[in-house]
Amino acid sequence: MLSFADTLVQGLLLGGLYALFALGQSLLFGVMRLTNTAHGDFIILAAFGAWSLSLLTGSPWLAMLLLLPLAFAGGYLLQRLVLNGTLGKDPMPSLVVTFGLAIIIQNLLQQIYTADPRSIDSGGLNTATFQIAEGLAVGALPLLIFGAAVALTAGLQLLFDRTDLGRAFRAVSDDREAAELMGLDHRHVYALATGIAFLLVAVAGTLQGMKTTVAPSDGPSLLLYAFEAVIIGGMGSFYGTLLGGMLLGVTQGIGFRIDPGWGIWSGHVVFLAALLLRPSGLFPRTR
Amino acid sequence: MELLSTRKLEAYYGDSQALFGIDFEVEPGEIVALIGANGAGKSTFLKTVCGLLPAPREAIRFGGEAIGGLAPGSIVRRGIALVPEGRRLFPSLSVEENLKLGGYVRRAGPWKLQTVYRLFPRLQQRRAHPAVALSGGEQQMVAIGRALMSNPQLLICDELSLGLAPVVVKEIYQALGELCRDGLTAVIVEQDVAVAQRVSRRLYCMQEGRITLTGPSESLTREQISRAYFGV
Repeated sequence: MLSFADTLVQGLLLGGLYALFALGQSLLFGVMRLTNTAHGDFIILAAFGAWSLSLLTGSPWLAMLLLLPLAFAGGYLLQRLVLNGTLGKDPMPSLVVTFGLAIIIQNLLQQIYTADPRSIDSGGLNTATFQIAEGLAVGALPLLIFGAAVALTAGLQLLFDRTDLGRAFRAVSDDREAAELMGLDHRHVYALATGIAFLLVAVAGTLQGMKTTVAPSDGPSLLLYAFEAVIIGGMGSFYGTLLGGMLLGVTQGIGFRIDPGWGIWSGHVVFLAALLLRPSGLFPRTR
Repeated sequence: MELLSTRKLEAYYGDSQALFGIDFEVEPGEIVALIGANGAGKSTFLKTVCGLLPAPREAIRFGGEAIGGLAPGSIVRRGIALVPEGRRLFPSLSVEENLKLGGYVRRAGPWKLQTVYRLFPRLQQRRAHPAVALSGGEQQMVAIGRALMSNPQLLICDELSLGLAPVVVKEIYQALGELCRDGLTAVIVEQDVAVAQRVSRRLYCMQEGRITLTGPSESLTREQISRAYFGV
């Protein structure tokens, strides 16, 4: 019984990490229907950035703090200078361009950092645990990641629902031309959304690098988890994305428990089942 | 001096020409109606004036300044607001959020949430509802209120009466009449020729991208209008 509780808890915590991967993607899709196929590679890029900064500063948290403004500026400029030109009725240009970016990032990282996996020194946080009961222990870092995922989901949903910026996001998402008639510049609004998505990418990358090892070629698998969480949860709903991530994590946990080879696979099976049974996701918001 | 004028305005969708040398004038405080059959070019004309379609800079003048081809945002900042055909309210936004978005450019003037609610008291009761959950007439009020929130000098209304009951149409145009007595200028595009003639001071009729008739609304005869409208 307790071992089942353990599986469940570990799965939920893992799901928090997946949600963190997915939130930025969810935001970009919600605001501009952009599918960023380089999303996972940007997370890995952020992880390596944080790794370098943490060697410089001696603290992973200081590294994350320094990375945030860089990520926001990078996201804003990427959207303004590259991605805005790819958006339109045809999804193909944005897919091709972000796919190209993924290849560039992977090779650039391999060139600079070699193919060796690395980990950000978390000062022992990655091995610290809380003993909750006999046979049920919770890692400090996974718990922190989970807390960050919940807090960022709530924060992002509040931003979307309650602020002027969130109103602008929803308006350009609903009807870009009508929003322009109100004086909104969609290129600027889109760039702000990408800037915010990259803040989430920076947090996700740093935490991923602290939790485990990262290698330049890890991006596509992270992208897959992010995709699955977004689609299970429903496009454009941040709480849906969080739940989608948790469902994915729990399923993988149960799969691992049954057979170590089943973990990732059972996650994909649940994703396929969700596509078959509820193609619009659990909590679809976009129209 | 006229508030808005266009001189030999032409517009294109790709290679096909949609407007052929439109001369159009609106004086301060007037309601000017623009009528014409479907596809005559009315909406194209409005889109060009509002910056959604390209135009030569000098072809459109507003308040003495050449504004042709400026971005829609620059045009609304100068004081032209559009109530688009089909209302185009934002489905994800509540009534009040739609109105607030209309005030995005923060142009100075009398219009704020309270003044819009005073004009259309029904909207205040429904302020938290999704805008698209309202009745057609109420949605049209939101669309007008949203345009007014930018404190325009010139309000352009595309097909206000489309899909609305006659009694609601009357109510909407009554409100518009009051606004113009208070100093607002308006251009209305209207399917219903009788309504257009009744509420406007002057009238333009378009056909196949050209102005085919213009004059004081009350002096134009039914024959003149139908010839300009249908070309027979």
